[in-house]
Amino acid sequence: MLIDWFTVGAQVLNFLILVWLMKHFLYQPILDAIDTREQRIATELANAAAKDTQAQQERDEFQRKNAEFDQQRGALLKQATDEAQAERERLLDEARKAAAVLHAKRQETLNNEMQHLHQDLRRRTQQEVFAITRKALTDLAGTSLEERMVEVFAGRLRDLDETAKERLISALKASPNPVIVRTTFDLPPAQRASTEAAIKATLGAETPVQFGTAPDLISGIELATNGQKVAWSIADYVASLEKSVEELLKEKDKPEANAEPQPEEPQSEATRS
Amino acid sequence: MRLSPDEIIFWQHGFFKLNATLVFTWGLMLVLVVGSILITHKLSIGLQRSRWQNLLEIIVTAIEKQIEEVGLSQPRKYLGFLGTLFLFIALSALCTVIPGYEPPTGSLSTTVALALCVLVAVPFFGIQDQGVGGYLKSYIEPTFIMLPFNLISEISRTLALAVRLFGNMMSGAMIIGILLSITPFIFPIIMTLLGLLTGMVQAYIFTILAAVYIVAATRVRKPKPELAAET
Repeated sequence: MLIDWFTVGAQVLNFLILVWLMKHFLYQPILDAIDTREQRIATELANAAAKDTQAQQERDEFQRKNAEFDQQRGALLKQATDEAQAERERLLDEARKAAAVLHAKRQETLNNEMQHLHQDLRRRTQQEVFAITRKALTDLAGTSLEERMVEVFAGRLRDLDETAKERLISALKASPNPVIVRTTFDLPPAQRASTEAAIKATLGAETPVQFGTAPDLISGIELATNGQKVAWSIADYVASLEKSVEELLKEKDKPEANAEPQPEEPQSEATRS
Repeated sequence: MRLSPDEIIFWQHGFFKLNATLVFTWGLMLVLVVGSILITHKLSIGLQRSRWQNLLEIIVTAIEKQIEEVGLSQPRKYLGFLGTLFLFIALSALCTVIPGYEPPTGSLSTTVALALCVLVAVPFFGIQDQGVGGYLKSYIEPTFIMLPFNLISEISRTLALAVRLFGNMMSGAMIIGILLSITPFIFPIIMTLLGLLTGMVQAYIFTILAAVYIVAATRVRKPKPELAAET
């Protein structure tokens, strides 16, 4: 018989005892140890995770603060820079304005001085030039010049256009007074005769001619009757030149007279009514 | 030629006797318990621990994992019973390398005793899990006609457990004995090695089968709440 029932019972008992012993001495302590360790590890991991989270939070906070600080610093710096720039602009503007005002004043003063100087200079020059001209022409005037002058005068009379001639003739006819011919110096009889001849030839009538002198003509001859005048004189030329120079100077005194004004041809004859 | 260490009787007084099976069983129990006490009396709960503690932790957690993989959701509840089964059978097979040792599992009395323990443990855990009514009802599932078949299967699988383990362990010792008489060199060593392997496999099979029976007894009604939850 392979089965011994006493042994079976004893083995069952043995096995149950072994189960209890093993439970008590092996499984329980081992499992407890494993559990404790796992719990400890879990706790440590949790702690580490918490620390990690905290560190992360702190890092984030630090970064945020840092960024904020940077931003603030940047803003402040920008503000300061802007203010400094504005202040600089303002100071520069002020300085520029002051400089401009000063410059303008100086310019104005300078201009005024220049103008005065120019005016003085011009006036002096003008006076001197004309004085010299007058003196030179007075010095030069003489008999031979008078002869030539009479010739020119006669030619001018002849060349008068028809309307002027008509006006002169009607004026002569209307006037009871004789025609007055004035010269700087007394004309010699030959010139007087040729002048009279020219007048007669031109005006065609028997006109009594009266000769006289007029030193202010410098060198010239003038026929005047009843408000009509035919003349040739250096004084006229000089007066005309003087007039045109004055006009020129006036134009030059204007601040924006850039273009050079053309001097006018002196008018030797003038027909006035 | 003896088939079982039961036949070596050291002392007898009527019904009571002290045979080699009991003596070797006590020896194994002594080794297991004293070894456990020696190793576990100063367990480390830190990260540093002794090699023996590591070994025991590996064994215990491996058994626990195996029980869980079979289908028991609370392996610690069954660890004492199933783990002891495995360790006892495994150590019994492992000690065959010691000359003069006779494995107690090579005695049909021992294997019958273990199978009877399983036979009792299965309804014990089944009733613990789903109550007496619930457990008994599992015998008439799916119909009442299945009751005799269930009872037969209960007895036959217990018998199969006992005979399988006994056959394997006994045959291992037997083959070595026969080979020793025929070719005393080399072959007995190979067969001993093979016997070690067979012993470990048998320990595993016995434990896993016991676990499967317990699972069958405790999980009969489990799918129902799942179905209820699905609908």
